[in-house]
Formats: sequence, structure tokens, C-alpha cells
Amino acid sequence: MTLEAHVVRALGPLALDATLEVADGETVAVLGPNGSGKTTVLRCLAGLLPLDAGRVVLDGEVLDDPAAGVLVPPEQRPVGVVFQDHLLFPHLSALENVAFGLRARGTAKATARRRAAAWLERVGLGDHAGHRPDALSGGQAQRVALARALATDPRLLLLDEPLAALDARTKGQVRRELRDHLGGFAGMRVLVTHDPVDAYALADRVVVLEAGRVTQTGTLADVSARPRSRYIAELVGVNLLAGEGHDSTLALAAGGRLVVAEPVQGPAFAVIPPHAVAVYRTPPAGSPRNVWEAPVADIDRHGDRVRVRLGGPIPLVAEITAPALDALDLHPGERVWASVKATEIETYPA
Amino acid sequence: MSTRRQPTRRAREARRPPWPALALAALATVFFALPFAGLLWRAPWGDAWSIVSSPSARTALRLSLWCSLWATLAATVLGVPLAWVLARVPFPGRGAVRALCTLSMVLPPVVGGVALFYALGRRGLVGRYLDDWFGVTLPFSTAGVIVAQTFVAMPFLVLTVEAAFRQQDTRYEDAARTLGATPAYVFRRVTLPAIRPGLVAGAVLAWARALGEFGATITFAGNFPGRTQTMPLAIYLRNETAPDEAVVLSLVLIAVSFGVLVALRDRYLGDPGRPVG
Repeated sequence: MTLEAHVVRALGPLALDATLEVADGETVAVLGPNGSGKTTVLRCLAGLLPLDAGRVVLDGEVLDDPAAGVLVPPEQRPVGVVFQDHLLFPHLSALENVAFGLRARGTAKATARRRAAAWLERVGLGDHAGHRPDALSGGQAQRVALARALATDPRLLLLDEPLAALDARTKGQVRRELRDHLGGFAGMRVLVTHDPVDAYALADRVVVLEAGRVTQTGTLADVSARPRSRYIAELVGVNLLAGEGHDSTLALAAGGRLVVAEPVQGPAFAVIPPHAVAVYRTPPAGSPRNVWEAPVADIDRHGDRVRVRLGGPIPLVAEITAPALDALDLHPGERVWASVKATEIETYPA
Repeated sequence: MSTRRQPTRRAREARRPPWPALALAALATVFFALPFAGLLWRAPWGDAWSIVSSPSARTALRLSLWCSLWATLAATVLGVPLAWVLARVPFPGRGAVRALCTLSMVLPPVVGGVALFYALGRRGLVGRYLDDWFGVTLPFSTAGVIVAQTFVAMPFLVLTVEAAFRQQDTRYEDAARTLGATPAYVFRRVTLPAIRPGLVAGAVLAWARALGEFGATITFAGNFPGRTQTMPLAIYLRNETAPDEAVVLSLVLIAVSFGVLVALRDRYLGDPGRPVG
């Protein structure tokens, strides 16, 4: 009882070719930057966009298979969608919105309204049944959208950036509520987001999508410990370097080499946490094996922590304290010396 | 202190509408109001009721309302699907089709009437078959009046409704599909409510145009009291023979049109952001 999808679809500049598997009771987050094809994946799964090639199989039933000429229209798929901006029908009350799917599937009006009312009760909006969407807050609208999607008993629930439309103040609370409500839903869930916090709070597993391709899958802990792309590395705030390993050295793709503690062979990634990068005015003497000169690209203060972005062939972010920055008297454009201890570098095969 | 006050006063002045715009707007309003004032001034108020309640006037008014409502219905039934196709279905030559379907709006109505005559007249391009096969003769009949009015009025509905279809956020239709709604159900429960203000506005414009239609009607359907003589035709004729009656009938037509426009404008044609119904 799973979703198996191989989604191939061209849309404007995007060439999407991604594989996605979701087990029963699992929440998978599709994480990626804007324009990576996340929403296109959801539209293909919902049937709003036919595939060019590939296959979508849900619980053994083929929903889309261009090669076999099979395409199940959206209204016949056991799939519920919570859209970005919620898309509640503006001319219907909250109750009528939730009852819409049941009515569309032929449920008698009285029954549909009773079940919709029960759903609103479940998401804590029983007393908002008569409200129009424009009288609901962002968080309330999201709960109505969730109730509307779940009221038709879907097997697969798709959530498109469910928290993006909310302001920062309510986001945390809505995220917690959403996690509770998702926990009560037995089927499969696919969540599209560009925010790793959403993925961390709501998903069991992450699929990283970049420029239409899956670059990495795994738990968020795996993905952030061993990122395989600059996007994920920057998202979780670490430095990622790619190169060719020869025992204790890594010849970097960008030029230069890195001495590492753990021997590694062949194509490999190296992860360097920003706090492990030390910055000096003069060439340092001492134990660090990796020392090089680099220009300061920019300086970003976060309270008493400062992130110093270094340019040059080996781009790195160093995290230092505010007093250290003052002592160094750094300014963008100046040249400094950076060093990293070999033992602070984690390597793994590419 | 004074340096602070100065820009504040200027900002207030900037919020006030500039007087040339107000003056020209007032002039335009007078330009529209003056002809009506002329009618009111000229009206034979003493005989007004007897003219209005005369059988010939009532027949013309009844025929006008009857024909214009049927024309509005025909324009809606044909025009909404046309507007939908023009807005949503991309096909080569769409611009040309749109121009063709709205041509009668800018055409002199008399030209439209002549054209209809050679298309749908008894010996016309299509009319001969209507006559031979079905025994249907449109010219000089009440149905002909409705055809002529539909011909000139439908573009108003098509353009208005097409704009409404274009402005609609189609993602709501997607959302409805994922909830299990068939395309027909989506159209009825999501698309139609979303375009309703545009649809009502278009229907009202088309109806007003049909009610006032003169040139195409008199050319294609003629001027037979009780059958094809609508209010505008009756007014035109009486203006030659019985000016008093022409003035009173004109006022009746204005009152009907004005009443409907005011009643519907408040409800449907006003603030487009306001929820309707």
C-alpha cells in the first residue's frame, strides 16, 4: 500500500524527472528551491497535469501512464490537496467549503453538511461554520482547507507549501496544529516546502528536488549531516566542498586540496561546519593542516555571532564571535587567512 | 513648526480632486442630463396618462420588453459559451473570431439589418432553406425582431463575460477537481459564481442595447404595430405625426431603462470586490 511515482514532465524551462515513493502512514517532504518543480510534482500526482512519461501508481492502481494510455482524471483519484493560499471558495461558507467534495461525489446535502460540521469540529472550528473565507484568519483558513481535503477520505494527501501564506507570528502554532491533525490521518502524505523547518516538524523523510531532479533522499538528519548539494548545505548552514579523494587528501573540484583526517578514495564530499573555520590577519603557525588565503566577500551579524563569507577558489563561511570580529577589524574586500583542522572535516563518498 | 506644516497642507490639497477635472466632469453630466430635461420640459403632463395607457403604447412597450428579454436570454445562452472559448481555449485565429463576433457592436445597426436580410431573409443565403424546409420566415416577424436585437446586443455580453473568465483564478477550478467535482459540476458551482458579477453586468448591458435597438430592427423586421413595432420604432414614427406621444413614450422608455440600471448597478455592477448574493 504505497505511492510509487516516476514523474516526467516538461513545463516551460523546467524538465522534471523525479522518482518518489511514499509508504502508508508516512509523510514525505519534497524540499527544494523556487522553480525546482516541487509544485509540478504535486500537480502531476493530483492529476491536474498529465505526465509526459513515467508512471503514477497508488495502492496498485495506475493513475497515469502515458505509455499505456492511462490517465485517471483528478476527480476520480483518491487524492486530497491542501493548496498554497488555501484556495477556499470565496462565495461559500466554511461549512459549504468542507462539504463541497462530498456534494460533488453525490452525497446527499444533509449528510454532507453533517459530516462537514463534524470535520470543522475536529479542526476546532465548529463555531466558524457559517463564516466566509474572508472572515477567517490565515491559520483558520488553513484548517478549513485541511478539513475540506480530508472530508472526502483520500488515500494520499498533498500539501503545497501549507505554511507559506502565513505570517511568521502564527506559523509556529499552525505548524504544531498541522502536525497533530496530520498525525490523525492514516494515509500517505506528501508535503512540498522550501522551508527545512516544515520538513523537520512534519515529515518522516525528505526528498530534495533541484532543477527537476532528485538530488538526495533520506531523513532530514541524514540529509543535513551529509548534504550532497550546495543548496542543502546552505540550507542547513554548513560548507560543502566536492573533490577527488586520495587517502588523506581531497583534490577539490574548484582547485586546491584539503587534508582530511579520515582517508577517502574517489569522488567525495567534505562538510566543514562554519564554526570550524578560523580566520587570521597573518599566516597562522601551528597544527591546522589546511591554511589558505582568501578575500572577505561579506560579513553578516546575527546577535553576537558573525558569519564571514570568504570568496576565492574555495568559498567558505566562517562563524566567529562579535568580539573576534572587532579584534580582527575585518571589512569586505580585505584578504585574510583561513584555516580548518583536518579533524573537523567530515568526508563521505559522492 | 511652519516648515512641518507646509508639506502637510500641500498633501491635503493633493488629495482634493483638481478643479479642471471636476469642471469637465460636471459639463459631461450636464450634457447627459440636458436632453432628459428637454423631454421633461416638453412633456404634455395633462395627457400623459391617457397616452401611456393607450392600447397602441402598451402594445409597443409589451413587445419591447418581451423581445428584449428573449434577446437577452439568447445572447446569454450563446454568448457565455462563446466568451468561455474566447477566454480559455487557445486556437489560431482567435483574435479574428473575437473581432467578427463583436463587429456588430461598432457596425451601424442599419448595416446589420441589411446584412441580416440577405442572410436570413426569405431569399437570403440561409433564409431560403429556413423557408423551404421548415416554413420559417424571420423578416417582418416578432422572431425577426429578437434575431436583430440579439445580433447587436450579444457582443456587449460576450466582451464583459470574456473579461470575467480571464480575470478568474483557475486554481479554484483545480481545487474543485481534486475534491471530486466533474468539469460540469465545477462550472456550475465554482466558475459561474465567480463570474456572476460580470455575467449580470453583461446581460444588463445587452438587454439595454436590445431595448433601445432601432436600425437593425426596422431594416430586418419592419414596422408592424403589435408584431415588430417596438418602443423605439413607435417613438420615431409618432415624432412625425404626434410629437406629444413621442415625448411621453420616450420618458417611459427612459424610466424603465434607468430603473433597471440603478437597481442592478447597486447590487452587481458596483464594487467588484464586494461579495455578491
